Amino acid sequence: MSLLLFVALPVAAAVLAWLSERRGPDWPRRVALTAGALLLGHALYLWALTGTDRFIGQGDWFLELQADWFPRFGIGFHLAMDGLALLMVLLTALLGLMAVVSAWHVRERPGFFFFNLLLTLAGVFGVFLALDLFLFFFLWEAMLVPMYFLIAVWGYERRRYAALKFFLFTQASGLLMLVSIIALALVVQRETGVLTFDYFRLLEAAIGSRGTLFSAAGWIMLGFFVAFTVKLPIVPFHPWLPDAHTQAPTAASVLLAGILLKTGAYGLIRFVVPLFPAASMEFAPVAMSLGVVGILYGALLAIGQRDLKRLVAYTSVSHMGFVMLAIFAWTELALQGAVVQMIAHGLSTGALFMLVGALQERLHTRDLNAMGGLWSQVPRLAALGLFFAVASLGLPGLGNFVGEFLILLGSWPVSAGLTVTAALGLIAAAVYALLMVQRAFHGEPGSLPSPPDLGRREMTALSTLAISLIGVGLYPSPLFETAGPALTWLRDIVDLQMALARGGWP
Amino acid sequence: MNGTDLIAILPLIITAATSVVVLLMVAFLPGHRGLSVVTGIGLVAVLLVLPWSAALAPRQVTPLLLVDGYALFFTALISVSGLAISVLAFGYLEGRPPGEPSIRYGNFYPLLLIAIVGGIVLASANHLASLFLGFELLSVALFGLIAYPVEHRRALEAAAKYLILAGASSAFLLFGMALLFAETGTLMFSGPSQAADAGGGYLLFGYALLVVGIGFKLSLVPFHMWTPDVFEGAPAPVGALVSTISKGAVATVLLRFLIDTDAFRNEVVIDLLALAAFASMLVGNLLALLQDNLKRMLAYSSIAHFGYLLVGIVAGGAFAAEVVGYYLVAYFATMIGAFGVITVYSRGSLVDLDQRSDYQGLFYARPWLAGTLTGMLLSLAGIPLTIGFIGKYYALAAGVEAERWWLVGALLVGSAIALFYYLRWVLVLFAPPPEGRPVVAAGVGSSAVLVVLALLLVGLGVYPQPLASLLEMDVARALVP
Repeated sequence: MSLLLFVALPVAAAVLAWLSERRGPDWPRRVALTAGALLLGHALYLWALTGTDRFIGQGDWFLELQADWFPRFGIGFHLAMDGLALLMVLLTALLGLMAVVSAWHVRERPGFFFFNLLLTLAGVFGVFLALDLFLFFFLWEAMLVPMYFLIAVWGYERRRYAALKFFLFTQASGLLMLVSIIALALVVQRETGVLTFDYFRLLEAAIGSRGTLFSAAGWIMLGFFVAFTVKLPIVPFHPWLPDAHTQAPTAASVLLAGILLKTGAYGLIRFVVPLFPAASMEFAPVAMSLGVVGILYGALLAIGQRDLKRLVAYTSVSHMGFVMLAIFAWTELALQGAVVQMIAHGLSTGALFMLVGALQERLHTRDLNAMGGLWSQVPRLAALGLFFAVASLGLPGLGNFVGEFLILLGSWPVSAGLTVTAALGLIAAAVYALLMVQRAFHGEPGSLPSPPDLGRREMTALSTLAISLIGVGLYPSPLFETAGPALTWLRDIVDLQMALARGGWP
Repeated sequence: MNGTDLIAILPLIITAATSVVVLLMVAFLPGHRGLSVVTGIGLVAVLLVLPWSAALAPRQVTPLLLVDGYALFFTALISVSGLAISVLAFGYLEGRPPGEPSIRYGNFYPLLLIAIVGGIVLASANHLASLFLGFELLSVALFGLIAYPVEHRRALEAAAKYLILAGASSAFLLFGMALLFAETGTLMFSGPSQAADAGGGYLLFGYALLVVGIGFKLSLVPFHMWTPDVFEGAPAPVGALVSTISKGAVATVLLRFLIDTDAFRNEVVIDLLALAAFASMLVGNLLALLQDNLKRMLAYSSIAHFGYLLVGIVAGGAFAAEVVGYYLVAYFATMIGAFGVITVYSRGSLVDLDQRSDYQGLFYARPWLAGTLTGMLLSLAGIPLTIGFIGKYYALAAGVEAERWWLVGALLVGSAIALFYYLRWVLVLFAPPPEGRPVVAAGVGSSAVLVVLALLLVGLGVYPQPLASLLEMDVARALVP
């Protein structure tokens, strides 16, 4: 039941938020804030319980919920949580709350706005917890619709174009994944005689141990891979991202960059490699190269942007390239690094989008050329901007550094050449981050009137993110301890299947 | 034929009798409300007697009709849809602006009932004669209904087009039947399967002509030209009828025909259908892209949807029956819902409101109506949480299972293209509204229909198991034991 809460509570709150609009324009955000706080509290409570013996379940899975849903096709309502899922849920809950806070001043149809925001959260929670592939896909697609509305109705000047592009990219690639899911289930059915979409049963069938890249398993793997890389996103599937992130309202940008991108990375770790180890390992050089291309390409484009929000959006492409590199390196260190990087990127980029949103609210522009000299006018905002910018460039002591360092360390044994090339991205990161700070906050004041500084609400939210980021940077071991067993479990499964592939039991 | 046989075909008898009663009422008691109520009572009675018929199933009644789980399921679907359409039509006709010849609404209900009779006959037909009979009952009634607003040029044009093309398709169908008869000496569906072993020369040609005839009715590419004009010209409730009962019943009989005649052994026939499916998915969706008229968009979308459905039919076997069952329920609910919104929104207007500009910002003026239409569009696009997604899942599963990768590919590409225009329409609903648009309240009945359809849309989209198990246990097993 504990797990069902993560899906059911946001849905219930969403409906309530919409209905409560009648009582007054303040009510939807109050409902959303309460729901967000409850969710975060619940996630923290679960985190506090790990390590104690309060959890039941098999092996490394703390919590599990299984019920029949669509037995005609062997589809169950199967949710479960391990350390990896728990960390992702925590991130989602925290950034969900931040998104609510950053949308505090939505005036236009606030009920419908928070309805969509909370539904998106419900979908993301579900994606991180679902262990039935059909259910996973169901929630994967379901979270797109409310996000589409958030961008299309409350976005900036080119919102419709951006929303449509976002939806088309993700939905079309999602359909490819659906075909892959069906094909996987049918292949397993032919082998075992049982039609099932359950993750554990599909893993047991170990189809992936035999499939090389140009076999059925390989094609199925590519179907999953494309869907997840579109979401991540990796060059050449990234064109939706800069538009969607730039045009979305602040809260939606926070959700998009902070957690929706992570669903792609999560899918790669949870499904692609464990289900198809042989094909994935064969494909790994290509995937890692794509990751490195993403790192450099994203950073390079970020350097050239005039639009502040677009700049931040492109840094996501660069940061997610590291995650891709790490996942297909598939070493212990690299995977730990990927998890930390996902969390740190969520916190830092989420915060940057909130800052950009705050600036846009005050200056009514995102054009870097029009800004300048803001340090003297809005010192608090500028200081936080500097903090999150250097976090984004990977300053030691902050979370991103831990992630990137571990990723580079873990990828080195797999491919030294790619790792060295990826490290060049760190230099580019320093360039775009400092360029951004310099152009926005330093220099001569722009022609714009002096805006008010950050208020108490914004300061509280951003400080929370800053403190979390310092925490991750200085003391990351709780994260390692939580994610460790889950990652080991996944790695063991892959090792077992690879041993099978080489012929004979280990 | 004995008394038990009559009970087995009671749904058919009741519908036919109701049409006669309503026809007499038009002469003697021409009140609109009375006609509508009697029509409704007749259709509800059909649903109430279905359990009796089901208790007797499967039962062959005369060589023409087979009452089995498959037939009864689609009888129920057609009757419920007919009921929904008649309620929508009541609100629509009632709200016609003053000055139009008011006597006309009398003839609407008998024609609607005759079309439903045609649909039920098709659902139960396992003989070429009854197939033709059902076909013609539908066509003739629809012709009258499409031309219902006689003073509107578009309606007349649509009806004329429909008449000519329906006539042509009947000719193809008849010729195909004649060839099959020449080869096998029987009009029973079971005839050609025995002849297939003998490998008769006319057989393939006969099949091909039958497929062409049926292709017209299902508006498969390249026999789709009539669809957008007819959808656009027909009054909105009739559009719902043309897009659902008329096409759905023909798809039902097509599957039974293919399975009973063992056509799946004949690769050329199946490849022809696969080709039509491939073309329908791509062409339908591409042509829908730039439509600024909601009805025309729905017409092209319906062409594409029958392409998706054919993917399931081509796969064959018992699963095909499940695909057709679920897909048609999804498609019926969604299409009636979409046309229902047009119907409700057009109440009191001289011409149906189907232009893009009519729908701009509808969400702010009529949130519930726009919300319903959004749901219907998302269901047509096959987004999860809606019934359309489960339908699309069925079709995809059939395609993957049969390893028809070209069709699966076309389905994916078609769906991606389709997203573009469905979302474009959703955006129109949420765009800033123009000033000063009059708001006309919807009738109670029509609103109720839309609410039920919306609930069905989400209900069967989130919890599909009850319908799925009914289809698996009772419907598919009746068709393929």
